[in-house]
Amino acid sequence: MSKIVGIDLGTTNSLVAYMDRGEPKIIVDRNGRALIPSVISVDSQGWIVGDRAKERLLTHPESTVYSVKRLMGKGLADVQVERKYFPVPLTEKQSGIIQVELNRHRLTPPELSALILKEVKQRAEEFLGETIKQAVVTVPAYFNDSQRQATKDAGQIAGLEVLRIVNEPTAACLAYGLQKKKRGVIAVFDLGGGTFDISIMKVKDGIFEVLSTNGNTHLGGDDLDQRLIDLVVQEIQGEYGEDLRKNARSVQIIRSEVEKAKRQLSSDDVAEIIVPVNENSVYRRQLKRSEMEESIKDLIEMTMEPCRQALEDARLTAKDVDEVILVGGSTRMPLVRTRVREFFDKEPHSELNPDEVVALGAAIQADILAGGIQNMLLLDVTPLSLGIETMGGVMSVLIPRNSTIPTSAKELFTTFVDGQKSVDVHVYQGERELVKDNRSLARFQLSGLDPLPAGMPRIEVNFTIDANGILQVSAKDLRGGKEHSVEVKPSYGLGDADVERMIEESFKFAKSDMEARLLIEARNEAETILRHTERAMVQGERLINPDEKARVQENMSLLREAKEGTDHRLIRERIDQLDKATIKLAELLMDSSLRSGLKDKKFSELP
Amino acid sequence: MTGEKDSLARSLCWNCQSAVGGEYFCDQCIKIQPAPPDLDYFQRFDIPRHLSIDLQDLEQRYHKLSRKFHPDLFQQNSDQEKAISLEISSLLNKAYGTLRDPITRVEYLIRLEEGAVKDIPAKAPPDLLEEILELHETLENYRQLRETAPDRAVDLQKILITEQGRIADRITALEKELFELFDTWDRWQDQRGSASADQQKQGRSLLERMKDLISARTYLKTLLQELNNELSDKT
Repeated sequence: MSKIVGIDLGTTNSLVAYMDRGEPKIIVDRNGRALIPSVISVDSQGWIVGDRAKERLLTHPESTVYSVKRLMGKGLADVQVERKYFPVPLTEKQSGIIQVELNRHRLTPPELSALILKEVKQRAEEFLGETIKQAVVTVPAYFNDSQRQATKDAGQIAGLEVLRIVNEPTAACLAYGLQKKKRGVIAVFDLGGGTFDISIMKVKDGIFEVLSTNGNTHLGGDDLDQRLIDLVVQEIQGEYGEDLRKNARSVQIIRSEVEKAKRQLSSDDVAEIIVPVNENSVYRRQLKRSEMEESIKDLIEMTMEPCRQALEDARLTAKDVDEVILVGGSTRMPLVRTRVREFFDKEPHSELNPDEVVALGAAIQADILAGGIQNMLLLDVTPLSLGIETMGGVMSVLIPRNSTIPTSAKELFTTFVDGQKSVDVHVYQGERELVKDNRSLARFQLSGLDPLPAGMPRIEVNFTIDANGILQVSAKDLRGGKEHSVEVKPSYGLGDADVERMIEESFKFAKSDMEARLLIEARNEAETILRHTERAMVQGERLINPDEKARVQENMSLLREAKEGTDHRLIRERIDQLDKATIKLAELLMDSSLRSGLKDKKFSELP
Repeated sequence: MTGEKDSLARSLCWNCQSAVGGEYFCDQCIKIQPAPPDLDYFQRFDIPRHLSIDLQDLEQRYHKLSRKFHPDLFQQNSDQEKAISLEISSLLNKAYGTLRDPITRVEYLIRLEEGAVKDIPAKAPPDLLEEILELHETLENYRQLRETAPDRAVDLQKILITEQGRIADRITALEKELFELFDTWDRWQDQRGSASADQQKQGRSLLERMKDLISARTYLKTLLQELNNELSDKT
């Protein structure tokens, strides 16, 4: 069975990890880099993802997009703030899903996330030397159903079966549980690039039970950066009379400068920001840590109310919390640490790299699903109440927030008019009394009812939230006992048909992707055959003559040379040549030591 | 009633067709079986229908069952087995969530005993009717004054804060009374099998009393929430 990897699909950076003999490990690229910037760019050659795309933010802001995660599972009306700052235009498809315009391409957030996932998948395949088909992908705990579904869709479009969606703080807690043997009541404070989560968990005898979760899917490092960008833009306007907001390239320079300064201020007291204003002038400014903290402190303060609510929902107080774990790059900021320490009245932990801990946890969960780790079990909760619209637009809650998942609720539906043949059901998620203040998830229709007097039909609808936190609906006619098919139409998401089409398109689009994958596969195969041949040369040292030996060695070095290049056809060719050159050696080895039944096999086919 | 496990019609394992009688796993092929539909939450944990519950023991039972049925453990199995584990796990989580909390536990017990599906309706405690009417009036005046003459609203706010405390105290008192009935119920439950007609009546009136307490509590909780919202808006 091929490996299941754990992927942290982050707002700012993505990471992938795997289990190596009971230890989760981060997968790095050839240069030893773990983080893949969640940035996507396009040029005439095709899609560019990661570090190179991030560089293009400064040079080609009009064809580069970042922080796509903030758009996942949302409608255009939800992202008015982001829309102002995005370097590229956002439009809406009639189905309520956002589209991002990059040059002449229009892509939905799941398609863009799929491009990141493909890059991640490729890195894992290159590193592990095998094809990756299944993954565990993490999401913020406070993600709603649409956002989770969008993440699952992204995986599917990228050619990955998402075996499980796991909440980021929970994943982090798994990593601390396995590697640091943390026990008791644990609060996980996760402030990432775009989202904030707080989860209160109880860890006992290998069971990781989430008691409550809360958060804000609109609060993270991006928002802190935006504050500082606004500050710089205003100062430049005041000083030089230039409004740089319209200049996409300048905005990206400012973004990169303030982000750098923000990072630096986690350890230093002062950082410098340098932005070219026009040909004649350059804006230069010393930013003190205290100044920065002053301008963002209300945002940090916004994390406190969710912490209070989460404790209340868990029926605990700060005193009951044994350990506090920090997750996400933004928790490196001293101000965040101070506020967390004050709130929980204890020193928070950050022994495991806050950028990597979520991916490590995802790899652990992947191993649990694969049947590797057997003593750990995760019991997570649904972050938001699920309900349906009843008379007068009132929300009738079927599954309250913080219910352990999987969970289900049954509801009986009937008709209001004689002869009515269908009933409409509208599903919402949220904590408010009226559905209009909550999040519309989906609508569906119970149709094909027998025409009966009003109130006679009895349709039982079963709402199940699975272990991914995703809703499944089924319906049964209690009078006739027949199952009703329910086609749920998501309010902010892709239908099944959309996803299918996108998978097809991604294959068409992905000619260059295909080339890349063929190259990786060829390289991996070359690696394997080279290794086998080397071993055989040692074993068969005395069996072959010097000419034979020289021929094999020459073919080996030819293959090594091709492997360093990017032409997968050449690599294949030389693999075949090496195969031919080693037939004699293989035969000799067989004859001398193996059963004759294995004759005529090539090295690459040997176990 | 207890003992339903024995009276369940025997059925066949979906996989190997051998007879199963309410077990979670088939004796023959060890495949997971659909959840027995008629088990109540107490039976699912194999504990008596008591209101005083040892929470540590309940948690242990819940964890033990979760380790058998959670969907994580069936990831490599057939779709059918996955679906069954999802169903059983959902029921288990709901059962544990309900029994863990004393209020939802007693609400569930009342519904179970009465065979009712609906929530217990909220009702104002009769002795408080007048006071509540007055409170609603004060609240209405307060809302108006807050818009028109905020300084005069301060007096009303003081009254409301006092009321807030009184209602919270009353809720605590109701809960205390409710919890004190738990042991009485448990004793009755233990001997209900051999109960005389008189004792049967006793059990029913005990349920009625608990239902009234729940109704009053739910009503006051909503009222308190309304007051909290109103008063926190101000600050």
